[in-house]
Amino acid sequence: MEIVYYLIQNTLPVAIPLLLVALGGMFSETSGVVNIALEGIMLFGAYFGALFVYFVQDLGLNPQTILLLAMLVAAVAGVIYSLLLSFAAVNMKANQVITGTSLNMLIPAVILLFSKMYFNSDGVTTAVNLYIQKIPVLGDIPVIGRMFFQKTYLTVMIGILFLIISTVVFYKTKFGLRLRACGEHPHAADSVGINVYKMRYAGVTISGILGGIGGFFYSVGVMDGNVNGHTGVAGFGFLALAVMIFGQWRPGKIFLASLFFAFLRTLAYSISLIPFLYNLGINQTYYKMLPYVATMVVLAFTSKKSRAPKAEGIPYDKSSR
Amino acid sequence: MQERNSLLNKTKFNLKDITDNSVFSSFLSALLAIFLGLIFGFIVMLVAAPANALTGFRLIVLGGFKRIGDVFYFATPILMTGLSVGFAFKMGLFNIGASGQYTMGMFFALYVGFMWDLPDSIHWIVACIAGFIGGMLWGIIPGLFKALLNVNEVITSIMFNYIGMYLVDMLIQGNSVMYVSDKTRTRYLPAEVQIPSLGIPNSNVNLGIILAIIIGIILYIVLQKTIFGYELKATGYNRFASEYAGMKGKRNIIITMAIAGGLSGLGGAFAILAPSAIAGSSMTYEPINIIAANGFNGIAVALLGNAHPIGTIFSAVFISHIQRGGTLASLVGYKPEIIDVVIAVIIYFSAFSMIMNSAFIGFIKRHFGKGKKDFDDNMDNEIKEAE
Repeated sequence: MEIVYYLIQNTLPVAIPLLLVALGGMFSETSGVVNIALEGIMLFGAYFGALFVYFVQDLGLNPQTILLLAMLVAAVAGVIYSLLLSFAAVNMKANQVITGTSLNMLIPAVILLFSKMYFNSDGVTTAVNLYIQKIPVLGDIPVIGRMFFQKTYLTVMIGILFLIISTVVFYKTKFGLRLRACGEHPHAADSVGINVYKMRYAGVTISGILGGIGGFFYSVGVMDGNVNGHTGVAGFGFLALAVMIFGQWRPGKIFLASLFFAFLRTLAYSISLIPFLYNLGINQTYYKMLPYVATMVVLAFTSKKSRAPKAEGIPYDKSSR
Repeated sequence: MQERNSLLNKTKFNLKDITDNSVFSSFLSALLAIFLGLIFGFIVMLVAAPANALTGFRLIVLGGFKRIGDVFYFATPILMTGLSVGFAFKMGLFNIGASGQYTMGMFFALYVGFMWDLPDSIHWIVACIAGFIGGMLWGIIPGLFKALLNVNEVITSIMFNYIGMYLVDMLIQGNSVMYVSDKTRTRYLPAEVQIPSLGIPNSNVNLGIILAIIIGIILYIVLQKTIFGYELKATGYNRFASEYAGMKGKRNIIITMAIAGGLSGLGGAFAILAPSAIAGSSMTYEPINIIAANGFNGIAVALLGNAHPIGTIFSAVFISHIQRGGTLASLVGYKPEIIDVVIAVIIYFSAFSMIMNSAFIGFIKRHFGKGKKDFDDNMDNEIKEAE
């Protein structure tokens, strides 16, 4: 039972960044823009979030307040970086995959460059303890309290909140419906008076918000508040894309997919704590490969009836209507 | 306009011929992107340390000329991964998995180099072929997933980058013949497995670059002069139309990815089998769970070269050239990462430089195309000077 608690407590902080970033990718792709730059957006958000924490950590603020403020900073940073993608994809009608790749290449180099110049290190190291031992009241509930409200981060609760908001926006608002129309059939959407360019900017901007926050939450939940230009976010942006496809561009399924993926990853990194698996004597590297292999197997079964937005990746040109 | 053109001597410059030429326009857009990328790099350097900015910038742009041999030495692997990405791109496939294929090829070449006992004369050739096969195996998987199961090749190849990296690191660490655990890296490959050096003093340039350029030319011929190349490009333009015309799309996807993987794998083999005086840059591999950077640089090379095999050769040499320049710029206090920034910005602009380019050409045509008689001759000279 101890192991079950341990695994759940460690899975959630890993699942939340994946969930947020995959939701961001969902908003961007349902508006019709393939966002392969999520990895870069995450790292940009994470870096500015951590930089903010670094500069305010000596002021004696409440750690959770710092986390919330840094989250806002990360969101703004994510939006700014995502504008580079929307400008290229919407205004310049560029190849979205190429633009995304260049944005992914740019940011680790920039981080290494400036960190080496100003901190003489490969990234930012912060010293604020954002870990929560036990949330008052909720943490005292038997079983559930221990699973979800002890030894955790505030990021988990915020992440779930964002999931609910995203689901409502996606399904229950006029905006969500219009966004999806732009990804399925932009010409039809345009013919009924929806501004496709604006909606695509909106979709990518939302992915910037969620991507930036997701990146910062990755640095909090997985890297103990540090950001490093060499390891970056360790491919989480790409994994989030896989989670999004696995979740078939739907919020609820994306949530389940991110839990599945995060659980396998947590399992891979805690083999030595689980006697049953440890005694099997399998090389631990196999477990590290497991999340990626599992993703491939799942995609192999789900992609045949893919529900990808039909117009994703195709620049919208009014004159070709 | 037409009448006047027909009267002109044929050897004389004709504005329309040049501005409508696709090779010229992609060349111009690459130059435009490079120019903007370098300007951006210069601004970053000005912000970072204004005093040395000019010296540093000059080192980046011109420094590579002092080390031509090393430029070609480091260009070899990124030329191969660039050809790989570009070849798949012609079919509309984005081979972001060049890193994994490169690592696999490297491992296969290492394995043959250490574990197989072969005559000296053919050992390195067999190791290169093994590298090709290793990369091909890792490239064919995304191809199969795409063709048979409709899984996006971008996701598959990213996943297989990670799987390949972990797998290779594990296999190397588990092999006591290759791996020296005290040094956390493999032993150095013996001299008889190394690719023959070209024998130019004070440089590490070897036969690999010659082979890579020949492969680039072969790819150009395959793309331009064979039925397979034609089908490949047709599928890249419009998959449904080409299937309607009777081309076997699925089969071609698998073959394309196999060849693309093989090219990356060969890049890995060329990199690891090259003789070099720069410590740790070849002949030995350090398993540290990092995805090979040469794969991603190959993407940059291919995109800058507009996925054209001949263009890729030039862009690989150019990127290697400014990378050497970046290493030299660290002499005046700039970090070598500045080059990665410049390359990324170049790629960003090259993604939409075609649009800027057509606007630029339109501007020229509007302002100079009509009426000005002596313009043609002036422009002729300018172009010649620029080339």
